[in-house]
Amino acid sequence: MAVLIDPQTRLVVQGLTGREGSFHARQAAEYGTTVVGGVTPGKGGSTHEGVPVFNTVESAVRETGANASVIFVPPAVAADAVMEAADAGVALIVCITEGIPTLDMMRALRFLDGRDSRLIGPNCPGLISAGQAKVGIIPGHICLEGRVGVVSKSGTLTYEAIHQLTLLGLGQTTCIGIGGDPLIGTSFIDTLRLFEQDAATEAVVLIGEIGGTAEEDAAAFIRDHVRKPVVGFIAGQTAPPGRRMGHAGAIISGGKGTAAEKMAALLAAGVRVVQSPSDIGTAVAAAIASDAA
Amino acid sequence: MKIHEYQGKALLARHGVGIPQGEAVSSAAEAGDAARRLGGRVVVKAQIHAGGRGKGGGVKLVETAEDAARIAGEMLGMTLVTAQTGPGGQRVSRLLVEEGLDIASELYLGLLIDRAAQRPLMMASAAGGMDIEQVAAQTPELIHKVHIDPGIGLAAFQARRLAYAVGLTGPVARKAAALMQSVATVFHAVDASLIEINPLVVTGAGDVLALDAKVTLDDNALFRHPALGELRDLAEEEELEVEASQHGLNYIRLDGTIGCMVNGAGLAMATMDIIKLAGGEPANFLDVGGGANAEQIRNAFRLLLSDTKVRAVLINIFGGILRCDVLADGVIAAVTELGVRVPVVIRMEGTNVDEGRRILRDSGLNFTTADSMGEAAQRVVELAASKSTPVPPSRPGRGSG
Repeated sequence: MAVLIDPQTRLVVQGLTGREGSFHARQAAEYGTTVVGGVTPGKGGSTHEGVPVFNTVESAVRETGANASVIFVPPAVAADAVMEAADAGVALIVCITEGIPTLDMMRALRFLDGRDSRLIGPNCPGLISAGQAKVGIIPGHICLEGRVGVVSKSGTLTYEAIHQLTLLGLGQTTCIGIGGDPLIGTSFIDTLRLFEQDAATEAVVLIGEIGGTAEEDAAAFIRDHVRKPVVGFIAGQTAPPGRRMGHAGAIISGGKGTAAEKMAALLAAGVRVVQSPSDIGTAVAAAIASDAA
Repeated sequence: MKIHEYQGKALLARHGVGIPQGEAVSSAAEAGDAARRLGGRVVVKAQIHAGGRGKGGGVKLVETAEDAARIAGEMLGMTLVTAQTGPGGQRVSRLLVEEGLDIASELYLGLLIDRAAQRPLMMASAAGGMDIEQVAAQTPELIHKVHIDPGIGLAAFQARRLAYAVGLTGPVARKAAALMQSVATVFHAVDASLIEINPLVVTGAGDVLALDAKVTLDDNALFRHPALGELRDLAEEEELEVEASQHGLNYIRLDGTIGCMVNGAGLAMATMDIIKLAGGEPANFLDVGGGANAEQIRNAFRLLLSDTKVRAVLINIFGGILRCDVLADGVIAAVTELGVRVPVVIRMEGTNVDEGRRILRDSGLNFTTADSMGEAAQRVVELAASKSTPVPPSRPGRGSG
């Protein structure tokens, strides 16, 4: 078991013929993901990386039965790609692209309202169900099949957490990077709900960062709805206010969005909050041990 | 990207928002001439990106053109320190000279992206001219809010509701509502991420004007507004940060002694955090990105080392796309070429890590390697604190070329 993606996932790659799209389509296929096709307007009818290329997502879905899409197109056209996938009825849309204009994303999210598609990202590494499938750019070789769910706003910090878990023999169900932009399609709460319902997931790692209130919202949800142990880390405890720390959303503004506030909210909700990013793995081990006792 | 008040006002005026008459100037003589054209009684306002200018002495009301020129002479070239500039302050090189107005009341108007609602949020308050964050904390009931539907824009009824809510009536309320709709139009037209008008004033004659304008543009959307991109004022930004962005690096200078080079923003923040936990102080935030190459690593080193406070460097790379062997080659090339004289601690993990470690070991350079983030932080803090800074020996058997 896992959440969102598994061996039934049939993946179409938007931007397949680009450098990133080609590389990660190959990596996904090598990991065992069923990659059924790609979309590059103007290159429909050709074959790339061993799969058919289509001009539109609509035709790709019709011809291949794709139920998931991953987007590797430039930021200026990425929001349009999200809407195209949603319009074609793709159930899971994962947008890796970084640097999409905020108002473009806002319109795309409004387009998704009332549709059945789920968007992960943008500006995210995507997700991986250990040993089953991967959609995005998380390196497969650091993952191990197991029972821990991971959700994070970050990319490489997510890899760090997965690596720590794997070294301790703590495998993962699904690891999800939800993205570091101010506007994203899937929240911490959405993924926590999925992990709570997933029979295979025993514990959850939540990695947040400064900016916004998503971690505080997650804390309130955990307090009321999550029975499984959650380990939390917030990046940016030493970040200066008013400065954007790499991610478009990572900024402390008007004294709001600090790591201290987020850590306090998570602690109050019963989350095992670690101060040091190197303690994530051991905290999960301790959480599972005490939960079983 | 932040722009200056005079630039923000010009954008607003272009979309029908009323602003006081004024001119941007960069000399005392120009200020005097402008003041004469504006009737003598003017306000001289320092144009820097930070707020809090009034309290810092960057906004002065004068009664004559001669006084305007004298005040302008004093302000130009001064370093203005406000609550938002930081202790170093910001040098003033341009002024806005504006007509003095007969002000009946001061309001607040703001428009920004509400992340949770995923919509623009317009806020209005009768408590204008004050620190709005303080108003929000102490008297939140004085701030009135409406969300804007991205497909529709600010509806007329929403604008009317805000205008009445802040206590306006009759023709003044109608003018304020029209102004609010214009502001919402500007927000979308220029891909703004923030427009703040504080204060929005009602004059004795019943006109509604933007007396101040703080406009922040979405960097990610500048590609479709090339003319707006030219409003960027590099003098307002840290020189090293500008250089970093030109190399595709994300660098923010801090006050500590430990330089960090990391791939990925989240891991870079976490690396700063763990340095602090180990008892050190990070000298910077530096994200070399997911696909850094040798060239970027050299540029990153150059940036780090240009900060003379740096006593040790921590490289923390989790190679996903970026391969550890490529990183190792890049680090060796940069250290050799730049003659790095501070200790370097390297922690790398991920794709081709064994090959990367072998390359570092065989380099003959005096790197300290660590297996985990925690160990790396410990080592770099120890090395930064030690009095003697070991210099990595140059590579044996090779010339300087």
